[in-house]
Amino acid sequence: MVTPDAVWAALERVPDPEIPVISLVDLGVVRDVRLDGDRVSVTLAPTFLGCPALAAMQRAVEARLAEIGAVPSVEIAQGDAWTTDRITPAGREKLRAAGFAPPAPRAADAPSLVQLQSKAFRCPYCGSAETLLENIFGPTPCRSIRYCERCRQPFEQFKTL
Amino acid sequence: MDESKRVRTLLELADDELVVGWRDSEWTGIAPTLEEDVAFSSIAQNEIGHARAAYELAARELGTTADELAFDRSPGEYLCSPLVQLRLLDWAQAIARRYLYEQADRARIEALMRSDDELVAGLAAKMDREEVYHRMHAELWAERLRDEPRFREAIDELQPYLDAERGSGTPLFTDLWEEMTSVRRSAPGAEW
Repeated sequence: MVTPDAVWAALERVPDPEIPVISLVDLGVVRDVRLDGDRVSVTLAPTFLGCPALAAMQRAVEARLAEIGAVPSVEIAQGDAWTTDRITPAGREKLRAAGFAPPAPRAADAPSLVQLQSKAFRCPYCGSAETLLENIFGPTPCRSIRYCERCRQPFEQFKTL
Repeated sequence: MDESKRVRTLLELADDELVVGWRDSEWTGIAPTLEEDVAFSSIAQNEIGHARAAYELAARELGTTADELAFDRSPGEYLCSPLVQLRLLDWAQAIARRYLYEQADRARIEALMRSDDELVAGLAAKMDREEVYHRMHAELWAERLRDEPRFREAIDELQPYLDAERGSGTPLFTDLWEEMTSVRRSAPGAEW
């Protein structure tokens, strides 16, 4: 018998394909879970539209759910279902510990260049706010590159979406 | 929104984003700085992701797939702006296009966000969150280059392409299409 607890526990064991320190539950992409006997349908929200990780997430969720005896179906949510504010506090801390600065919370207005160029972003290594924007874009669509003037390290900063 | 108008809106959006993404990706590996190499590549990836999402919505209505819409139409059937079709390997022009395109795209996305079609409005809202970063990039460059004659000339030169009628029945687009669809056409029906 597949229980909701077992399903969520299984989903917590599915790592983000690109940043495996964080699970899909931490990332906030699991939008809905429904059980009907052993049939489990999960709805995932895409992060960035061009992110190739979505298909990998879908396959990994199906595989994990099959392992606990569920008959899985995974759907992708349409529309504007995810923002970086969905990342859980535990997820943010895991990102920081792995050297990725978590995203700033969304404000009422969209993020601006003035904000990105301000000293409001902390280095994930030393905690200093003396950091500079190096590039709005980074190794994946979700990240920017900043540089810490105190510990002289470049680091990856999650974009606020 | 009536059905044919909805499909046309989605295809205009998707074709623009696919082709501008294709053209921006031509800077991968050859941009004047590594920073811009990363920026153009990342922007191109986003734009093609947006194209896919818009093609998927259109495909549901037309009973086809996003890939078929992106790559299996004939070269005369695309609805993209002539601005995105140009092959621009001059940096001032490439930046001028990004600036002109992002301004026009912003107006379109903001209008679509107010659509009474929930799926179209939702997609536009999601795209808008990502486009914010493209606009910052374009505005940063426009600010830096605004007194440069080459940049101003490029804006003047490219504006008419943005204002021109949409459509793809030109030799320029046919060359692009040949290249863009060559792998897919090389193995018809293959599962990639």
